[in-house]
Amino acid sequence: MSLSVKHLLGIKELQTQDIEQIFQTADNFKQVLQRQIKKVPALRDTTVVNLFFENSTRTRISFELAEKRLSADTVNFSASGSSVSKGETLIDTVNNILAMKVDMIVMRHSASGAPWFLAQHVDASIINAGDGTNEHPTQALLDAYSIREKLGDLKGKRVTIIGDIMHSRVALSNIFCLNKLGAEVTVSGPPTLIPKYIQDLGVKVEYDVKKALQNCDVANVLRIQLERQHKPLFSTLREYSLYYGINKDMLDSLQKEILIMHPGPINRGVELNSDVADSANSIILDQVENGVAIRMAVIYLLSGKTALGE
Amino acid sequence: MKTLLDHKQLDITLQRLAHQLVENHLTFQDTAIIGIQPRGIWMSGRIAELVRKITGQQNIDYGMLDITFYRDDVHQGDIHVPSLTDINFSIENRNVVLIDDVLHTGRTIRSAMDALIDFGRPKKVELMVLIDRRFSRELPIQPDYAGRIVDTIITQKVKVYWAEKDQKDEVVLID
Repeated sequence: MSLSVKHLLGIKELQTQDIEQIFQTADNFKQVLQRQIKKVPALRDTTVVNLFFENSTRTRISFELAEKRLSADTVNFSASGSSVSKGETLIDTVNNILAMKVDMIVMRHSASGAPWFLAQHVDASIINAGDGTNEHPTQALLDAYSIREKLGDLKGKRVTIIGDIMHSRVALSNIFCLNKLGAEVTVSGPPTLIPKYIQDLGVKVEYDVKKALQNCDVANVLRIQLERQHKPLFSTLREYSLYYGINKDMLDSLQKEILIMHPGPINRGVELNSDVADSANSIILDQVENGVAIRMAVIYLLSGKTALGE
Repeated sequence: MKTLLDHKQLDITLQRLAHQLVENHLTFQDTAIIGIQPRGIWMSGRIAELVRKITGQQNIDYGMLDITFYRDDVHQGDIHVPSLTDINFSIENRNVVLIDDVLHTGRTIRSAMDALIDFGRPKKVELMVLIDRRFSRELPIQPDYAGRIVDTIITQKVKVYWAEKDQKDEVVLID
């Protein structure tokens, strides 16, 4: 038994059984992480490079911890301060790193599709840690895993994704992942931040956030990605917060309990108020905790492919 | 294919092993039983149950240990899928009896000892197996309790069937 893919580029390419297998393996790693010795020797023979061409806190630390707790050797690379600024191409950078006997690549890049491009040109297994506005597969896996942990099987569960759907790789990966697991997905937010024809992905659109909250079991709230918005798509952050920000009053008015998720980093007071982010409904820190187990599972399951030279 | 132990013989053998265990550990105050996943847990479950009957102690520490992440062949062949580890007691300074169905090369037991040490430092570790394939060892590991010792060649295979999983109790030697 192993995954049907050699790389984890996007959720789009995964089979449902791959996702199930990642979850089952993550269950084991989650148990390992609760021990006094949070480490297993499985990947003693593997070296992983974390290539981050874009900023990251959670994902990067999470991947690095996952690698270390599998006993893999890790090398960290960030674009700033590297030879990328001297004009080296992506393939040259990566091949030079691989020449130093590195087995696996974890990459975040601001260009959508960068990991697919790289996969065509290098031999090592590649894990996409976020590419532009396209996919962020491990985030979607840990999100679905966290929902499964709280609510059980995802089949028939209603998940609303709220906010900057247009620029969010978390949204796209979540949509693919939740659809494959049989959940019903609704997206909500200002019309300017929801792509046209998104219904074609099998999701519903609800522009009224209150209605969207009323009809869901889980709300996954996304950050407004001002760094990707090259023209103004809403007037001010204050106005966005007023119409689309989630606060405690909104949750209280629902007469039911829903789970609140956020992939981080949170802009408190914009898309999510502190009284919601820190409430009992919030599973934001569970998501972060599960992230390490999910990434251990992905790295472990893909590591076989590297050594076999498939 | 040859039957090494049928249902009746298997039952008698397990009874003997359980009695030997009680003989050495008496009340099981300082002893825990741990079965090795995936196939050792059927035997360890039976042994734990027999020990409970013999000693009259109901609260015997019993757990399961998965060794997947400790194997020395993680990257040879297909990747191994892990099973559940469930050890909800301390093994620190206690006697641990590891149980597996077949002892062959000894590599599984090597992995199991590494995995076990990650949970604490036991006072003593013992090994109980149902079948000891004594001439197939690749590591210096020997059982403390063995149900049946068999001389096999490397191409032969010993298969243990458990009623809980395989709908019958039988040990067979396959050529």
